[in-house]
Amino acid sequence: MSREDNRIPLLTRRAALFAGGQVALLATLAGRMYYLQVVQADRYAMLADENRINIRLVAPPRGRIVDRFGAILADNRPTYRVVLVAEQAGDIESTLKAVGTLIPLSETDRRRVLRDIRRKHSFVPVMIRENLSWEEMARIEVNTLELPGVSIEQGLIRHYPFGEEASHVLGYVAPVSEKELTGDDPLLELPDFRIGKKGIEKAYDLDLRGSAGTSQVEVNAFGRIVRELTREEGIAGQETVLSIDMALQEFAARRCAAEKSAACVLMDAWTGEVLAMVSSPGYDPSWFVSGMSQAAWEGIQNDQRTPLSNKAISGAYSPGSTFKPVVALAALEAGVITPETSFTCPGYFTLGDIQFHCWKKGGHGTVALRDAIKHSCDVYFYETGRRAGIDRMAAMATRMGLGAALGIDMPDERAGLIPTTQWKLGAKGVPWQLGETISASIGQSYVTATPLQLATMAARLITARAVVPRLTRAAGIMSSDSRGERADFPAIRVSPRDLRLVLDGMNAVVNEQGGTAFAARITEPGMQMGGKSGTSQVLHMTQAERERKLKLKDIAWERRDHALFISFAPVSAPRYVCAVVVEHGGETGGGGSAVAAPICRDVLLETQKRDPARRVPEHPFGAAPTVAQG
Amino acid sequence: MYQLLDSRPQQTLPEKLWNINWGLVLLLAVIASIGFAMLYSAANGSWQPWAGKQAIRFGIALILMLGVALVDLRFWLRYSSAYIFYGVAVALLVWVDLHGHTGMGAQRWIDVGVLQLQPSEVMKVALVVALASYFHSMTPEEIGNPLWLIPPALLILVPALLVMKQPDLGTAMMLVLAGGAMFFLAGVRWWKFVIVLALGVGGAPIAWRFLRDYQKNRILNFLNPENDPLGAGYHSLQSKIAIGSGGFFGKGYMQGSQAHLSFLPEKQTDFIFTMMAEEWGLMGGLLLLALYTLVFVYGYAIAFRSRSQFGRLLALGITTNFFLYVFINTAMVMGLVPVVGVPLPLISYGGTAMLTVMFGFGLLMSVYVHRDTRIGRFGDAEY
Repeated sequence: MSREDNRIPLLTRRAALFAGGQVALLATLAGRMYYLQVVQADRYAMLADENRINIRLVAPPRGRIVDRFGAILADNRPTYRVVLVAEQAGDIESTLKAVGTLIPLSETDRRRVLRDIRRKHSFVPVMIRENLSWEEMARIEVNTLELPGVSIEQGLIRHYPFGEEASHVLGYVAPVSEKELTGDDPLLELPDFRIGKKGIEKAYDLDLRGSAGTSQVEVNAFGRIVRELTREEGIAGQETVLSIDMALQEFAARRCAAEKSAACVLMDAWTGEVLAMVSSPGYDPSWFVSGMSQAAWEGIQNDQRTPLSNKAISGAYSPGSTFKPVVALAALEAGVITPETSFTCPGYFTLGDIQFHCWKKGGHGTVALRDAIKHSCDVYFYETGRRAGIDRMAAMATRMGLGAALGIDMPDERAGLIPTTQWKLGAKGVPWQLGETISASIGQSYVTATPLQLATMAARLITARAVVPRLTRAAGIMSSDSRGERADFPAIRVSPRDLRLVLDGMNAVVNEQGGTAFAARITEPGMQMGGKSGTSQVLHMTQAERERKLKLKDIAWERRDHALFISFAPVSAPRYVCAVVVEHGGETGGGGSAVAAPICRDVLLETQKRDPARRVPEHPFGAAPTVAQG
Repeated sequence: MYQLLDSRPQQTLPEKLWNINWGLVLLLAVIASIGFAMLYSAANGSWQPWAGKQAIRFGIALILMLGVALVDLRFWLRYSSAYIFYGVAVALLVWVDLHGHTGMGAQRWIDVGVLQLQPSEVMKVALVVALASYFHSMTPEEIGNPLWLIPPALLILVPALLVMKQPDLGTAMMLVLAGGAMFFLAGVRWWKFVIVLALGVGGAPIAWRFLRDYQKNRILNFLNPENDPLGAGYHSLQSKIAIGSGGFFGKGYMQGSQAHLSFLPEKQTDFIFTMMAEEWGLMGGLLLLALYTLVFVYGYAIAFRSRSQFGRLLALGITTNFFLYVFINTAMVMGLVPVVGVPLPLISYGGTAMLTVMFGFGLLMSVYVHRDTRIGRFGDAEY
């Protein structure tokens, strides 16, 4: 009893102490809960939302590209791919084997799928094959019951219905490269996103792209999407209306395709609108969208005809005799010649102890301005150029749109070159030589220009305005209200009388017996064209070669002369201009009048029949059976 | 002469059943039911795989508890029963060290068919019974003699070291704390605790060297979990986010985003309190703590009502042990102590913990049923 008496008070005291301690600890717990759930509740609620809510970007559909009449040149097509969700598939090997009996599946595909499945969470869809044909998609779809975990995903892929024919105008879209990841647009980081890499697709990429929508999804700790919370659609890309008339583009493309390598620019001179821009050969833009084989890529890369380069704006050629109108204008303006001034052409021109040849052996005899243009007499222009001097020629060339990029709304435009005495001293460190003036006055020497610049020059010749080419129509698809519109370009400082003289000469080139391009004239009444041919040397032929009279077939293709032609129509009231360059003279090796002029003739004739500047066709492109075939 | 005082005859079975504290039984059932509800939610509204099993286990454990409650308290003092129970628990611990199954990098359980037996859980009860038995049989003079304290110290240290070796830091800590509490309640002098504590603090740097890397990480990341949000601090941080985001009223039953989207690890076992606090908010969490507090109050009341030292020590030991479970688990999920793997008693999914906790309550109940039985030093009625 006494033992109990001693022990009870001690135990009670100590138990009471324990109880007190436990109350204190429980109070600590309650305090902690209050701190977490009341004081810090907002912060933790935010952290919980950050955990569970994932904001995903929704790519907007890319804007369509249409021609001036609304024909679709680029749009988005559904694309199908077959995916596999490992956790639903059960036996992956046998599922893949079953898929392989329905659609072709290579060993590499199979290994890639197995590798992806190992690397990813089992609920993440792994792509088995993309770009399925409709038929393949249907075969999978019909058999989905026997293929657990296999499903079809639909996406959008850029589609170019005209393929090669508009390839250089449109350019293409392709996956975003590392150096394009600038961080301004989160869309670029989407794995399947594609941006414009060339042509209109690149120039108007931001407009075509639109802006991203967002989708808030709830995800679990492993990133699996549980449900979508909210969705905000993005803004679809804007439709871009081109100045191109696809019917003429197609016509010109087919016409150019007859040559090995050529470029053609067709413009409405009064608006600067490019109606057709061809660089041949082209490429199929879909190769870049959905991938191409290594062999195909190497084939394009190594092709000496440079299919990937848009020669209409990126090819700078010596303009040859197509430069002569500029030389004539410069000399007339300077007063060093009059329309009546005549020179005698014995077939060559001597400067010191150097001989410059006329293209016509034996010479043209005594010629004045009109005949000199008509027959493209080199000796006449050697003398004219010598009198005018390189700097006056350069000033006139610049006014005519040469020597500097025109600023067309498309990337990769080259400036070409119009040399001056100052330029020579700065760039080469040596003074300008008179002999170079002689070469320059027939568009050789350092003078280069792009086909686009040549077309623009022709447009400026007929309008006397500083025409600037463009590829898009700000006013949208052409309607009956916009017929025959003219852009408000500033006038060029050049005498109208001089222009008339030069244009008259260019009329004679085509429409008079003996003109260099008489064979390529248009005979339809009221549709006649005027023009100027040019043949420009790629390599300076040595005197020895000239004397050996090298046969054409002995000269390698890439060393042959380029054939050029600039033209306008109709001569009575010019509206359309066309410039054509056939690289290395084409298959036949003929000069500008023989190879390039017929292309201009065909294109301008077709253009005038269609008259896209003034007429809206009854049927949009593709529906009308009357569209001319090249 | 004492016979006169002990006027009560031996209790009959119906009397014993009548004497069971049914209020406490109801309280335990309420707490366990909250557990079923949480496990039902943890499985996204399904009795599978946890809630149903847990309910069946609770039913079995309830019968076990009532059975233990009816066993005469003196049984544990006769035939060295308490020590045999303790010995079996130690043997199981040794067995599990040699042959046990590994979970979470530790050897912790034995597969015995119906359940995966965790000897360390059994040990928590066995240690309390053995120490209560030991100190019951000692006079205050003997307790004052340090030599007599060596055997009970070994009773604590042997299983603590075995558990540490598994390695299960949390349970080892609980054994030491519960054992120390028994020493304190038995009347061991203050200064002896001070000496042991001083030795412990002095030995901590040495002990640090014996800790496994993951244990060191747990302690380091406990100090600043934001340091390593994807690594070892992940559990602690996600648990705090879950509790905090629950706010005052919670996100609603089965609406806890942290728990249901798998951001919360081990939501059905060690972190079930977190899930409750997320879904039921501060209200729910405090309610559960209040229910547990009521259990502690029952425990103290039963201890003070007992007329035997064994009964008092046993009741207080069981209550302290239960308190340690609750405190360490909840403090752990709130980021107050390191994540050490201690379940929330009656609620966390787990068979052994349920059975041993209910076994402990059986003993507590037995103390209540036999509250008026006076017990001699060696289990004989004190006549």
